[in-house]
Parts: sequence; C-alpha cells; structure tokens
Amino acid sequence: MNPAILLEQVPDGDGTWLMSLASGLQYTLVVAAFAWIIAFVLGSILGVMRTTENKWAVRLGNAYVELFRNIPLIVQFFVWYFVLPGLVPAVKAWVVSLDPTTHQFVTAIVCLGLFTAARISEQVRSGIQALPRGQRMAGYAMGLTQAQTYQYVLLPVAYRIVIPPMTSELMNLIKNTAVAFSIGLVELFFRTREMGELTFRYFEAFAAATLTYVIIAMLANRIMAFIERRIAIPGFISGGVGGGH
Amino acid sequence: MGELDFSIIGRTLPYLWKGLQYTLQLTVVAAIGGIIWGTLLAMARLSSYKVLSLAAAGYVNLMRSVPLLLVIFWFYFLSPVLLQWATGADRPPQIGADRSAYITFILFEGAYFCEIMRAGIQSIPRGQIGAAYAVGLDYWRSMQLIILPQAFRNMLPVLLTQTIILFQDVSLVSLLNVTDFVGAAGKVAQRDSRLVEMYLFVAITYFVMCFGLSLGVKALQKRIAIVR
Repeated sequence: MNPAILLEQVPDGDGTWLMSLASGLQYTLVVAAFAWIIAFVLGSILGVMRTTENKWAVRLGNAYVELFRNIPLIVQFFVWYFVLPGLVPAVKAWVVSLDPTTHQFVTAIVCLGLFTAARISEQVRSGIQALPRGQRMAGYAMGLTQAQTYQYVLLPVAYRIVIPPMTSELMNLIKNTAVAFSIGLVELFFRTREMGELTFRYFEAFAAATLTYVIIAMLANRIMAFIERRIAIPGFISGGVGGGH
Repeated sequence: MGELDFSIIGRTLPYLWKGLQYTLQLTVVAAIGGIIWGTLLAMARLSSYKVLSLAAAGYVNLMRSVPLLLVIFWFYFLSPVLLQWATGADRPPQIGADRSAYITFILFEGAYFCEIMRAGIQSIPRGQIGAAYAVGLDYWRSMQLIILPQAFRNMLPVLLTQTIILFQDVSLVSLLNVTDFVGAAGKVAQRDSRLVEMYLFVAITYFVMCFGLSLGVKALQKRIAIVR
C-alpha cells in the first residue's frame, strides 16, 4: 500500500491520478445532482397522484413504480443508451449529433432520475399516508381545494416525515451513479478502475474510491440531519433526535 | 442497425438460459448465505459486548455506504489473497470473477439482511428472552428456539423483497465479463449487433420475473398478516 501513487502523473494526460479521481468525483456529483432534481420533482408528482381519489392517477403512478422497480438498473441503462435510439429514429438523429461524452452524461441523468423517481414516489406516498385522515378532511372542511389541501396541509408535514428515508435515497442515487460506468461515463468508479488497470495499483485506487464514497455518505447524512433539525416544526415531530441506525 | 430481427432470441435461447441459470444459482446461494451471515451480524450488533457490536456496526455501515460495483471489484481482487491466507497455500488460487461473485454477494448482501434481521429480532417483546432464560435456556438455545424463528416469520416478506433486489443486483457481475443473464445477452448483442432486440428481451424478462415474484410476496404478506 503506497498512497504516493496518487501523486504520480497520468501517462496520457496532464495532472496526477488524484486529479483524475477528482474529475471522476465531479461527474458523479453533478450527475447525481441533476438526477436528484428530476427524481424529486417527478417522484413527488407520482407520489401525490397515488394518494388521490382518482383511480386512473393511482393506477398510472403504480404502473410507473412497478415498471422502474422491477428492471435492474444496468438493464435500464442499456435500454436508454442502446434500445431507445435504435427504436426511435428521431432520438437516433439527435444522439448522433451529440458528442459521446454528452450522450453518456445525458443518458445517465435521465436514467438515474427516472429510476430514483419511482423510489421517491414510494417515500412521498408513504409520508402522505402516514398522516391521520382527519388532516385531509379538516383541509376540505375549511373550504380548501384538493390542491390547496396538499400544498398547505398534507405535503409540508409529509415531506418532513420522510426526510430520513429520503436521505437513504440520496445516498443510493450517489452510489448508483457508479453503474453509469457500464455506458462509459467517466465518473468516479470509471476513473478508479482506469487507474487500477494502467498502474496495476488496484489496492490504492480502490481504497481511495472507497474512502471517498464513505466520506460522501457521512457528509450526506450530516447535511440531511441538519436540514431535518432546521425545518422541524416545534413540538410536532421530534426533529433529528433518535432514529438513525 | 437495419430492421429488427427478434429471431435472434430463439436461436440463442440455450445460451441465454445458461446465463439465467447462473444468475438464479448465484441469487439463491447469496440469499441463503447472506441471510445466515446477516443474522450473525444482527446478533453481534445487538450484543452487549461493545467491541462486537461496534465491529458489526462498522462493517454494516461500510458495506452500505459503498457502491455494490466497487465491492464486486474489491472482492474480485481480494478473494484470491483471502483464500490464500485462509488455506495457507503458496500462491493465490486462480479464482474467476464468476466464483468470487459468490463471496461478494454473501458478504455484501449480509449487511442488508443484517438490518432486516435486526429489526426482526427487535420486534420480539423483551419478555420472551427473559422467559427463555427463566426456563433455563442459554443464549444460543433461546435464540435458536424462541427468538429467531419468530423474527424470521415476521420478516419473511422483507427478506424475500430484498432477495428480489439481490436478483436484480446480480446483473452487475456482467461488468466483470461474467456470463450471467445480462452478460450472456450482452455477448450475443455485441457479436451480432442486435443490441435493441437483446436488451429489450432482457428488460422484459426481468420485469415479468420480478413483478411476478413481488406479487407473490404481497400475497404471502397478506396470509401471514391475518394469522397474527
């Protein structure tokens, strides 16, 4: 084990292996951030749909979740990357006009975003369903419309309840970004393996990556716990204390 | 890519079936091994020996914060070294990615099964273990006869759901060039330039299998729930 390898130069590029890993980490985090936005927005919409009284909205939401939960992530990557352009000529034409890195980047964001949306919708739904039924009825009784009831009564509390599982989903998303390696995206895992293959220093490369992922996990945990405490409603839900592992 | 030609699937079906067999075999072995390892970890985490519970917690948290793909590659490199150490051989044994995957998945999924079993053990009222001790059973006997059977029963749907996730996770070994279901399909797809047909087939097959299994788990959950 000799960490000094990290400071050696990459043979074909400028910069050290450490910088190569850092650029991979940057891809990992940027892809995860964009995918999280898609997942959060779409997941919230689907989660809300599945708690309404509209039968078709519920069915559509359920179908989405089942579809994206029952196909392995790597297969979903291949479907977006290979199958979709092969089936739809318009997508093919657009993809050909992109440079490969952009194509991989966009595919990773879309794939991870839609995949994670299914899981977030599960969390949002369970958060809403965890609220007493009286809350919804009270909203209606006060003359709020359904949309207003969700906006002012149900969602503000539901989101707070599901912060801990959402933290796990955020962590899962960051970890799942490694699967984008399968379509060649130059994220952290790609750079780690590349370093191992070119220097034969697999232990150093993998140890560096492992350490990075553990630090990200710890940071994400702390940040979400901080947010949970900051937005806790006094006297309503115990903010950030207890729970955990 | 030209016209779609789904006859490729029929022609390569025996090869794909071999891949799927490997996937299923790895899933079953890893599920059984992972549940045993996870149960031991859960008992360690709940132990009153601080060192033991901290070590187990550290192991579980480490496994859960690292991507599975990274763990698969770790064990691919580490397994020969570990086996050499365990058997005292002169040189590291040659062990392919298809076999190191068994070690990987047992050890990795064990961390997830541990959390499930821990919740299962904790769902049993404390009085039960007190009663077990009172009738003269020691720790291992009371775990074996009183606590674990109930914990398993309570957690069976969750354990099975995790096994479905494991079944999907196995597909990642294809990135180590292992011929699992996805790996087999990928090899045919590359050789004959039939990526669309093959990956579509793989996606549909997985969906049908996993959806079917999850419906089964739901039915089981209902049956178990009524009895209590």
